[in-house]
Amino acid sequence: MSIVDARGLSCPQPVMMLLDEMAKLDKGTIEILVDTDTSKENCLRAAKTMKWQLKEVRPEGTGYRIIITKD
Amino acid sequence: MSIKNFFATSWGIIGVGVLIGIFAPLLQKFGNPGNMGVCVACFQRDIAGALGLHRAEVVQYMRPEIIGFVVGALIAAYIFREFRPRAGSAPIVRFILGIFAMIGALVFLGCPWRTLLRLAGGDGNAIFGVLGLITGVFVGTRFLKAGYDLGRSQPTHTTAGWILPLIMLGFLLLMFIYPKIPGENKSGILFYSIKGPGSMHAPLFISLAVGIVIGFIAQRSRFCTMGALRDLILFRQTHLFLGIAGLVISAFVTNLILGQFNPGFVNQPIAHTMSLWNFMGMVLAGLAFTLAGGCPGRQLFLAGEGDGDAAVFVLGMITGAAFSHNFGLASSPQGIGPHGITAVIVGLAVCLFIGFTMRKKAI
Repeated sequence: MSIVDARGLSCPQPVMMLLDEMAKLDKGTIEILVDTDTSKENCLRAAKTMKWQLKEVRPEGTGYRIIITKD
Repeated sequence: MSIKNFFATSWGIIGVGVLIGIFAPLLQKFGNPGNMGVCVACFQRDIAGALGLHRAEVVQYMRPEIIGFVVGALIAAYIFREFRPRAGSAPIVRFILGIFAMIGALVFLGCPWRTLLRLAGGDGNAIFGVLGLITGVFVGTRFLKAGYDLGRSQPTHTTAGWILPLIMLGFLLLMFIYPKIPGENKSGILFYSIKGPGSMHAPLFISLAVGIVIGFIAQRSRFCTMGALRDLILFRQTHLFLGIAGLVISAFVTNLILGQFNPGFVNQPIAHTMSLWNFMGMVLAGLAFTLAGGCPGRQLFLAGEGDGDAAVFVLGMITGAAFSHNFGLASSPQGIGPHGITAVIVGLAVCLFIGFTMRKKAI
């Protein structure tokens, strides 16, 4: 499992970091930390495009922890 | 499906673009200048004029649309619990980027929003603006790919997030205390153009109401004209692009219906025909917006949801407008200003310097 900490970063960096991580891992589990709803939506959209499954989105601190997987 | 989710969908962003594309020509019908139903750069420039930060007599008016954008976004952010006060991501750099974004936009005579509206109104010169914008955004994406990074913002006090919304509400209050007096170019401390684009405006409450509605729906949908091109270039992602496509098509149709579509290159409203500088102005603006992470409208909406760094960018743009008119950098329908070319070259050099030197440290 790997963690992408995109808190405090503005567009489009959270998505770029996530895309890099998805390309690097190819499959497995990624946890993404974001602190705005915009970043959350953008990351979910990117994950869906790359055919990763959404496991969980839970509020954490002032933002969210998103967990996605691919088999 | 909740409203919250709807705006983030493809149909949501298309709907927002279509609505803006209808509202803008209507504002023009109600009195705003030609192909300038909404122009974030022009309107911030008019605000700088209303405050007397520059003394270009034809572009001085406290534009309620801008106030509405911030307030509408603030309301949406509070209703949907998205107000997150944050700041600290290289504010001085964002301020400088705001200054040069405005300088570039005023060489072309419009922000990305007005570029699209000019296109939808038949102004052929806007084609060079669009090409410039695409080029500027493309260069910006190369920096992003190479690790360009302004650093992280930090959560901060609620008060910090409220500063720009409060400034905007203060501006509105000033409009009520010192209302426009017909035929007078000054009311109390506020300047009001009596001729030129600054004298052309829709009634205050219509402008304000439309501004608030656009601010609200744009905050929900994350509508961003620069992001539309950036995401397309960077990720081949069309989500935000659907929004600007909706805007152009609906503005075009609305202009046709209202009799406001006038195809051509010469004698277009508040435009000049110096194609190279229409192009170069928007290269600079597009690059600065990309390095700052959002088009000028998006920066206002972000400021409304508590982003103090976006607020600094907005103040940079207002300052840039003052520089533009005080130093002869801004264009006019006659062509570019006496120092417009120098300003674009300096601006590009500054943006390249920022792009090359601000790289991500190992995370």
